[in-house]
Amino acid sequence: MNLGHAAADDGPLTLGQKLWQISWSLIFLLVALALIGLAMLYSAASGQWEPWAVRQAIRFGIGVVLMVAVAVTDIRIWMRYAYLLYFLALVLLIGVEVMGEIGMGAQRWINLGFIQLQPSEIMKITLVLALARYFHGATMEEVARPAHLIAPFVMLAAPAALVLRQPDLGTAIMLAMTAGVIFFLAGVKAWKFGLALGAGLAALPVAWSFLHGYQKMRILTFLDPESDPLGAGYHILQSKIALGSGGLFGKGYMHGTQSHLNFLPEKQTDFIFTMLAEEFGMVGGLILIGIYVLVLIYGFAIALRVRNQFGRLVALGVVGTFFFYIFINIAMVMGLVPVVGVPLPMISYGGTAMLSLMIGFGFVMCAYVHRDVRIGRHGSADG
Amino acid sequence: MYREDSSRYKLFSRRAAILGGLQATLLSVLVGRMYQLQVLESKRYRLLAEENRINMRLLPPQRGRILDRAGLPLAVNRENYRVVLIAERTRDVEASLDKLGQLIPIPDHDRRRIMREIKRRRSFVPVTIRENLDWGQVSRIEVNAPDLPGIVIDVGQSREYPQGADASHILGYVAAVSEQDVTGEPLLELPGFRIGKSGVEKIYDLKLRGKAGNSQLEVNALGRVIRELSRQEGQAGDDVALTVDLGLQNFAVEKLRDRRSAAAVVLDARTGAVLALASVPGYDPNAFNIGLTRAEWQSIVHDPHTPLTNKAIAGHYAPGSTFKMMVALAALEKGAATADTRVFCRGVTQLGNARFHCWKKHGHGWLDMRGAIQQSCDSYFYEIAKRVGVDNIADMARRFGLGADTGIDLPGEKAGLIPTTAWKKRALGVAWQGGETLVAGIGQGFILTTPLQLAVMTARLASGKAVKPHIVRGVISGGVAKPIEIPEPGPIKVSKEAMRVVTDGMNAVVNSDRGTARGSRIKRTGWEMAGKTGTSQVRRISKHERDTRVLKNEERPWEERDHALFVAFAPVSKPRYAIAVLVEHGGGGSAVAAPIAHDILLETLKRDPSGYGDGDRFAEDGAKDRKA
Repeated sequence: MNLGHAAADDGPLTLGQKLWQISWSLIFLLVALALIGLAMLYSAASGQWEPWAVRQAIRFGIGVVLMVAVAVTDIRIWMRYAYLLYFLALVLLIGVEVMGEIGMGAQRWINLGFIQLQPSEIMKITLVLALARYFHGATMEEVARPAHLIAPFVMLAAPAALVLRQPDLGTAIMLAMTAGVIFFLAGVKAWKFGLALGAGLAALPVAWSFLHGYQKMRILTFLDPESDPLGAGYHILQSKIALGSGGLFGKGYMHGTQSHLNFLPEKQTDFIFTMLAEEFGMVGGLILIGIYVLVLIYGFAIALRVRNQFGRLVALGVVGTFFFYIFINIAMVMGLVPVVGVPLPMISYGGTAMLSLMIGFGFVMCAYVHRDVRIGRHGSADG
Repeated sequence: MYREDSSRYKLFSRRAAILGGLQATLLSVLVGRMYQLQVLESKRYRLLAEENRINMRLLPPQRGRILDRAGLPLAVNRENYRVVLIAERTRDVEASLDKLGQLIPIPDHDRRRIMREIKRRRSFVPVTIRENLDWGQVSRIEVNAPDLPGIVIDVGQSREYPQGADASHILGYVAAVSEQDVTGEPLLELPGFRIGKSGVEKIYDLKLRGKAGNSQLEVNALGRVIRELSRQEGQAGDDVALTVDLGLQNFAVEKLRDRRSAAAVVLDARTGAVLALASVPGYDPNAFNIGLTRAEWQSIVHDPHTPLTNKAIAGHYAPGSTFKMMVALAALEKGAATADTRVFCRGVTQLGNARFHCWKKHGHGWLDMRGAIQQSCDSYFYEIAKRVGVDNIADMARRFGLGADTGIDLPGEKAGLIPTTAWKKRALGVAWQGGETLVAGIGQGFILTTPLQLAVMTARLASGKAVKPHIVRGVISGGVAKPIEIPEPGPIKVSKEAMRVVTDGMNAVVNSDRGTARGSRIKRTGWEMAGKTGTSQVRRISKHERDTRVLKNEERPWEERDHALFVAFAPVSKPRYAIAVLVEHGGGGSAVAAPIAHDILLETLKRDPSGYGDGDRFAEDGAKDRKA
């Protein structure tokens, strides 16, 4: 890993310097992930670039451009507009909710033509920005006072509630966990997490009554998937069969019987890891997880080199989101957690998730490029 | 500010380390789970994946044929052309059916069934529209194929019995597998598979059935076939060759046909081979395969002439006078009488208060044993039955195969009944009455026999050997004939002299002037037959009727008329063939049954089926075996 030395401590960086500073090895790892994803989408379509691989490739191209653009933009600008971006995302979330109310059905996206924009995915990143800005401006004493935690809690609760109404349990959980990571890194005391967790558990019966029938079913079948092998438990069971039958070395590229004979559901999106592990075995799965681990290590290393709290929190917030994507998706297809509909980052077919994650990594790189910029409590240069 | 930030940084670093540790732990859980699924339990999941993917399809074997003793076909397989509809290949199911309806009739109830099945099954599964199409229909559909999307002609196998009803009771029939037939053998669960339900089709079902092949198909989650992975052809069933001579069988059925209900059995008296076994009326076994309507089935079941019953092996009849040979032999063997024992018949015998009548109202006068058989005198046999006792008669009857299963290789045989004193005590709880012995002496009362048993009895009388009847000669498996081993029958344990007396009597029945069946004698020298008439009473003749006038058979309703029986063997000089004929409610044995027996036996002698040499693959193979 080349975390090369900053060019200069003094004076703003030129665009050329910034481009030089971008962590190209991180981009290389993301490209590697995207290529694996394209290969799997090609296989999922039984050896066809259409309908998934081509579109995914185009989105990845757009994603790289956006990522670099975000990375070279001054971090103070991002900090200044952090709340604004958060509010825009919130408005979009309310927008889809209202459209749903008006009668267009339970819709989670806005059609932009080339992409189905999902505000909930954008919210995952803007929530990180907003919370990072809030805790950047809070002193340790303030963080220790419960009254100062109300505002960030509302920042989380508002979008989480909207997402739950959609209903999208997976995204709501992701938002809560991402916020939890930032709260934790910002120094909120451990016992407060315990308190929140206890309150959450106490609220479980209430939450259960708000869950939709299919969500209850998913949790119940997760607890006992074999009880209904042709009904709701079918997906988990078939996924486990696919994984298990892949064995150590897999059945070979494009030779996954479970995937290609359609026993495996949603193989291009949520269950793409299963397909990979069926065709390439445990070895293939470990290689993919290995690349993910490298990305995570990169993210941690960057966060620890950044000398401003905003950048640090943003970096680890994004990395945390990325981790939760990985963990929930893989644990889900292996039957460790209920099927909640979380994609495998950079691999699963789906535009917004990939673009928002790449923009997120743009912020991680942005934090690295501007690692030595000192920022005042309220966003002014503190040079 | 800087101090503040450095302590924040310290806290951040510490907590980042904790976070990293947590993440590393969670990822190790994932890797552990992968190891569990993909290494530890992989074998189980691999099996489950194969089960998902591979669908075994059975290939039904071709059923073996049933042949007569010369190799003529009795049961064969015919190509069954049927028209099926594959919904996904049609543009519009209704339109395709409408077009097809112009070429072949599709009744409304069939159409409703088709639409129901199409809805229930997946669209790539063929649904049968009609089976058993004739050539005209097939060619009409083929010519119009371009206008009939989704309509396909399909060829299956279906059982056919070219002889129709003539051999129905021997062959039996095949029909769809019913629930109680299911044994776990997967072939039986194949839709449309048929198994033997009666006759040789049932007894030899396993040999005829053959072994199923299988085809391993790769299917997707919807069950659609992707490709065939492997195919193992089945093994066709063995052919079964019968001892029956088809020509003789047809002849016998023809002779019985205008009798409402009758049976005849022709045996090779030296081996027990069944050469003809007829029971009329029969049924059309082809109809069972195609499927009967409810009305057709009801009319068969409720027919008073019981077409489904094989009367030759499952009809119980009192043997009447055909039983007198057993009584005579018992008396001779026990010394209760000799050939020269004379009895005076005055037409009626008194025992206590009961009177027992001879069929000849005014009596036969003095008769010896030979004469008593010749003229079938009842009084004579009342007397010697009384002397020898019912238990000795029963013992003799059993030696000749009565009162027990003959062991023929056909299903549904009845054992008959030969009463003894012990039997009556056991079964009815009442002591044997002296008068019942007299009744038994003329083959009436409790005694029940089947026509096959009477034929076996006659064969044993003719040959002196304890022959057992059998109807299957052997199986032909993969072109190799394998005869069924028939053990050489042992001798009957009766003295030659006693047998001589009885067979002489039977000869006299047919070939002497006063014999009861002299009208039916075979005139060709060297082919003469010996026999015995029997007329078995179905109802009791009342005292009043006896005093006034016994009604003639023709004057009574059909159900009350006597059964006519005749047993015979030929040629007398060198016995070879034995026959038993029964005509239910036919009247007198000599008038009705004897002429039929004459015709069939004469035909048998002309055909001489046991003498087959040419074209007999069993005889040839036997010869080859001997050479080798």
